[in-house]
Amino acid sequence: MTAAHTARQWHGYAFVGPFLLVYAAILVAPLLLGIWISLHRADLFGRREWIGLGNYAEALADPVLHQSIVNTLVLTLLIVPPLTLIALLLALALNRATRLAAVLRGVFFSSLVLSVTIVTLIWRFILTPDAGLIAEALEAAGRAPIPFLSDPDLVIPAIAVTTLWWSLGFPIMLFLAGLQQVPGDIYEAAALDRASRWTTFRRITLPSIRRTLLLVVMLQTAAQLQIFGQAQLLTGGGPGGASRTMVLYIFEVSFGRWELGYATAIAELLFGMILVVTLLQYWLVTRREEER
Amino acid sequence: MSGLELVDVRKSYGSTPVLDGVSLSVGPREFIAFLGPSGSGKSTLLRLIAGLEVPDSGAISLDGRRIEHLPPGERGVAMVFQHYALYPHMTVRENLAFGLHNAGTARDEIAARIDQAAAVLEIDALLERKPGQLSGGQRQRVAIGRAIVKQPRLFLLDEPLSNLDAALRNRTRVELAQLRRRVEAGVIMVTHDQAEAMTLADRIVVINERRIQQVGAPLEVYARPANAFVAGFVGSPAIALLPATVTGSGVHAQVRLAGGAEVQTRVPCAVLPPEREVRLGLRPENVRVVAPGSGTCDAETILVERLGDRTLIYAQLAGGEELTAIDEGTSALRIGDRVGLAIDGGSAHIFGGDGTGYHAEHPA
Repeated sequence: MTAAHTARQWHGYAFVGPFLLVYAAILVAPLLLGIWISLHRADLFGRREWIGLGNYAEALADPVLHQSIVNTLVLTLLIVPPLTLIALLLALALNRATRLAAVLRGVFFSSLVLSVTIVTLIWRFILTPDAGLIAEALEAAGRAPIPFLSDPDLVIPAIAVTTLWWSLGFPIMLFLAGLQQVPGDIYEAAALDRASRWTTFRRITLPSIRRTLLLVVMLQTAAQLQIFGQAQLLTGGGPGGASRTMVLYIFEVSFGRWELGYATAIAELLFGMILVVTLLQYWLVTRREEER
Repeated sequence: MSGLELVDVRKSYGSTPVLDGVSLSVGPREFIAFLGPSGSGKSTLLRLIAGLEVPDSGAISLDGRRIEHLPPGERGVAMVFQHYALYPHMTVRENLAFGLHNAGTARDEIAARIDQAAAVLEIDALLERKPGQLSGGQRQRVAIGRAIVKQPRLFLLDEPLSNLDAALRNRTRVELAQLRRRVEAGVIMVTHDQAEAMTLADRIVVINERRIQQVGAPLEVYARPANAFVAGFVGSPAIALLPATVTGSGVHAQVRLAGGAEVQTRVPCAVLPPEREVRLGLRPENVRVVAPGSGTCDAETILVERLGDRTLIYAQLAGGEELTAIDEGTSALRIGDRVGLAIDGGSAHIFGGDGTGYHAEHPA
């Protein structure tokens, strides 16, 4: 019996084994290797010189890094709350079986399939002060064009709007999936219980999709903390570092300055940030759930 | 006029009609069962009364007030849904309080009504739990409780017993019967189970093919079915409907079955339509098993159902028609045996070509 039992146990491992191997090879190993490299002065050509926490000490004192962290956090705060809210409102509006809703669902989802290159190209046409869409409109109204991408105060909001436009499709899909999980008869019960539209939304819909809400906020936060392509392609981090994000800085340090060790240390800091923020969100939501 | 009044209510989904001109009066404290097969329109009718659907035309009034254009919450009705439709993220207490709270009922009043309903339904211990932590039977009670606390003028129950196992179903049936004595309101229950309808309802509304087929007390619907559909749907095992020809010309109709056997009914010839080709309706209790050759006709046994106190014999006549007969509980008949059938024509029904039922003058 024990032999058969042991054999059966091994069968189990055989099933999860291939996944574990790939997971270890492409996720766990690079993570550990990254931590290891971040403790060295290293470049892309194989130089490794142990400096302990030296790279982290440098990070603490690096004003460029500090600004990129602030930029990244501001961008995340400018993107995630409005993105979640707008996606939820659009999903509520599109959660019906009419032909128009089906067409609009496709329209909102379509921006998601565009690559970041195309998206930034489109928004450059809109934002650029010489003959951009907004500039033309302002000119027609007799106003001066606004240099969105070269004004240090406007460049972050401009990147945020671009990202909002690009990223709406996926959260809408998640919310629609969540909304369609809610059984229709509890809405009918609510109608018989004299619930107003607002009460129905607040007491029925919102609690029913709180898991989806958490998922959207967590995924978007993790994604926006890693924002890179839009900043790189729209502004290259400028003007004067006003739109340099953390990942953009990591890219510059590793492939511009060849300081692989320092770049990896910043990447580990970013990893820690994302981990903390995500776990915090999860804890905040599930803790309230247990109280209820 | 108090109670519920439906006048010529029509409803269709797109080009598919689901209800064709339904009219019905329900007394203020009456227990009514809508009985019909799936797709007959009975659930749609209930949803029209609840306000979850809007009729294309016709009038619905409750206690003299037109309600067909009022939103569901303002009609004075409460509904128990087939799948209960409890709010999964709220506790039982919050589920019960939700409707009262929305209606602006005072806090003490809400608490008092919940306590009272919880005591009656024996769910006091469950008030702080969520629906996911309850068994099917407990959820059913909570759903009923949510309707009771609203103190409606009319309860609407959509297949209330269909999700329960057999033992629980019988218990809940008894509880529903007790419930209606405690509440000052009418009850309308949708069901496709004729036993539920027969045991609970004051009157049964048989619905089929988008129309009301018959409205009547349970025994009346059983004894004097308005048409062949009602006769076939109410009663188990089902009534046998045998092709027959009207032969006699006396006061009461005499018919000849396809195999040649003559049956003398007590249906007055005067009420029958002029056509001669009819169907003879025979319930199992109208047919007794006797020795071959000594009854109205002979038949072959095709199925034997032993119920203990009696035995149901499913028999096939020479012409291929099937009917059900009753034999003693100790019957030794087996499949394939030849039997004689003594048909008691005195309680037989006759159904005309259009399905209309004609019944014995004095039901035996």
